[in-house]
Amino acid sequence: MPILSLALKSLLNRRFTVSLILLSIALSVSLLLGVERLRVESRNSFANTISGTDLVVGARSGAINLLLYSVFRIGDATNNISWKSYQRFVKHKLVDWTIPISLGDSHRGYRVMGTNQDYFRHYRYANKRNLAFHQGRSFDHTYHAVLGYEVAQKLNYRIGQKIVIAHGAGETSFVLHDDKPFEVVGILTPTGTPVDRTIHVPLEGIEAIHSDWVAGRQVPGRQISAEQALKQDLTPKVITAFLVGLKSKIATFRVQREINEYRKEPLLAILPGVALQQLWDLMSVAENALLVVTVLVIAVGLIGMLTVMLAGLNERRREMAILRSVGARPGHILFLIIGESLLLSMIGVAIGLLLLYGGLLLAQPWVESQFGLYLPISLPSPREWFMLGLVGTSGLLIGLIPGYRAYRYSLADGMSIRI
Amino acid sequence: MPQTAVTPAIEIDNLRFKWRPNLPEVLHIPGLEVARSEHIFIRGASGSGKSTLLALLAGVNLPTSGKVKILGETISALSGSKRDHFRSDHIGFVFQLFNLIPYLSVLENVTLPCRFSDIRKHKATTSSESLDEEAMRLLGHLGMADDDLVHRPVTELSVGQQQRVATARALIGAPEIIIADEPTSALDSDTQEAFIRLLFQECEESGSTLLFVSHDRRLESQFERHIAMDDINQPGET
Repeated sequence: MPILSLALKSLLNRRFTVSLILLSIALSVSLLLGVERLRVESRNSFANTISGTDLVVGARSGAINLLLYSVFRIGDATNNISWKSYQRFVKHKLVDWTIPISLGDSHRGYRVMGTNQDYFRHYRYANKRNLAFHQGRSFDHTYHAVLGYEVAQKLNYRIGQKIVIAHGAGETSFVLHDDKPFEVVGILTPTGTPVDRTIHVPLEGIEAIHSDWVAGRQVPGRQISAEQALKQDLTPKVITAFLVGLKSKIATFRVQREINEYRKEPLLAILPGVALQQLWDLMSVAENALLVVTVLVIAVGLIGMLTVMLAGLNERRREMAILRSVGARPGHILFLIIGESLLLSMIGVAIGLLLLYGGLLLAQPWVESQFGLYLPISLPSPREWFMLGLVGTSGLLIGLIPGYRAYRYSLADGMSIRI
Repeated sequence: MPQTAVTPAIEIDNLRFKWRPNLPEVLHIPGLEVARSEHIFIRGASGSGKSTLLALLAGVNLPTSGKVKILGETISALSGSKRDHFRSDHIGFVFQLFNLIPYLSVLENVTLPCRFSDIRKHKATTSSESLDEEAMRLLGHLGMADDDLVHRPVTELSVGQQQRVATARALIGAPEIIIADEPTSALDSDTQEAFIRLLFQECEESGSTLLFVSHDRRLESQFERHIAMDDINQPGET
């Protein structure tokens, strides 16, 4: 089409202005897609936090609260579960496995979680991926600890190092279990989940460090040394929560009801997938706000294009009169201008895609190490293609405005050259 | 073609024109006939209605009443898009100044009408192997076939060179009518004469009718026929 090649040459003639418009369109397109990718991936990673677990059980409170402290290590449990009740469900005929969780202590801002070997055997994240050891091995002694990847990285801990656990969950705690240090025996591979920020110790370890504690404080004059503690019965009396894997998914609701109606203790069993969805929905306001902002950025980019095209139109009346004199019809003039805006938005979209992939290549390792978020460098999703199509169409539609004006000009001016 | 031999290039019959119904008449030409291959000089000061006349001849504006026939075709009877086609097929234009599209090369400027008119494209490619070759041939006749000149951006050409490029563009595809609107007013008097000679030569070669519009009396003598706008235009008279 001869008009499109004219449009292209006309754009090339105005390289400087045109490259500025292209830059603004490209930046807004890459921002739109970048935000979309981040949104989809954080949603995926969020949904991937826990996988393969059928029920999460804790003391009766709210579903989201339970999910937050048991899976995300955020906030605190309102109450504990007695060991007896836990054992009752461990032995349940429909239960395949369980993972006990005991929380309440921390180390330099990272939560310490008491559990047992079943955690390393059964805990799954992402698409049913098992935990794996980056270095070392699982704990096999009361005073052993296994670190999440981020903990080891940030605090620069190595195998064999001794760490002291603080009482409570704060960043700085003045109450330390410094009489019973733990030895780091393993470091897990990164998972992109809260596991990376957790220090895992045996349930017995949690029990041992609290053996001389009563009601949240160490009883003066009754200290029990680390060695002495080992000789005591370290079976926990309470745990914070436990995860349940069932023999058959079909039994999920039955077991859930059974736990919720357990007479001896008020318990709450939740389906992690449902609770995750609810939690995510809470955040959808922020998600939508982000989307609105990026759409506005696109609008600003396109309005910038409109401004430049309209401003240039008056200077180009001569060009249009010349084109008319050599036989261009008003329709040609209309297509010339629309063609330009179409080319601008298409080239802008293309450059935006290049920027996006360039940015992804650069940011991928950093985002993964900082936020545990893996951004895949994949072709645009159907939704992203749709967005790109929408940008292109908007560019085309916006081109109608200067196009129509140019059309009116060329009808009114004819071939007479107005300066 | 016996028909073309009889129909004049331009026939005007009691042409009247107002910009808007409530505005005064700006043009009233009772009659004018220009034969084919004729070179005619139309003299008029600005405001004498010559630009309006040219717009009516080109079919950009339509007469309020009366008739304009170009090559036997009544322009006002054609639809807008047909008029546009007719113009691009049969009329070549040269304007006073800044005739060229700044973002196109010399060659692209010259071949521009062939993008819009198949007839002129066909004629151009019949007289030469390709469009570019025909453009080079025309530029050669106008003393512009220099390879260096042809590939330079048109904005770097002198005014005289620009007018010659514009002339080559008007001539490409041998349109029956060439309308030149003050094409020499930006040139100095030496180049003016040389330019007009070239224009005559090329119009004769292609057998085109030349309508040369200017306010400059000194150029009149070179034309076989000259008309003053004031003589043919009697606006307001019934």
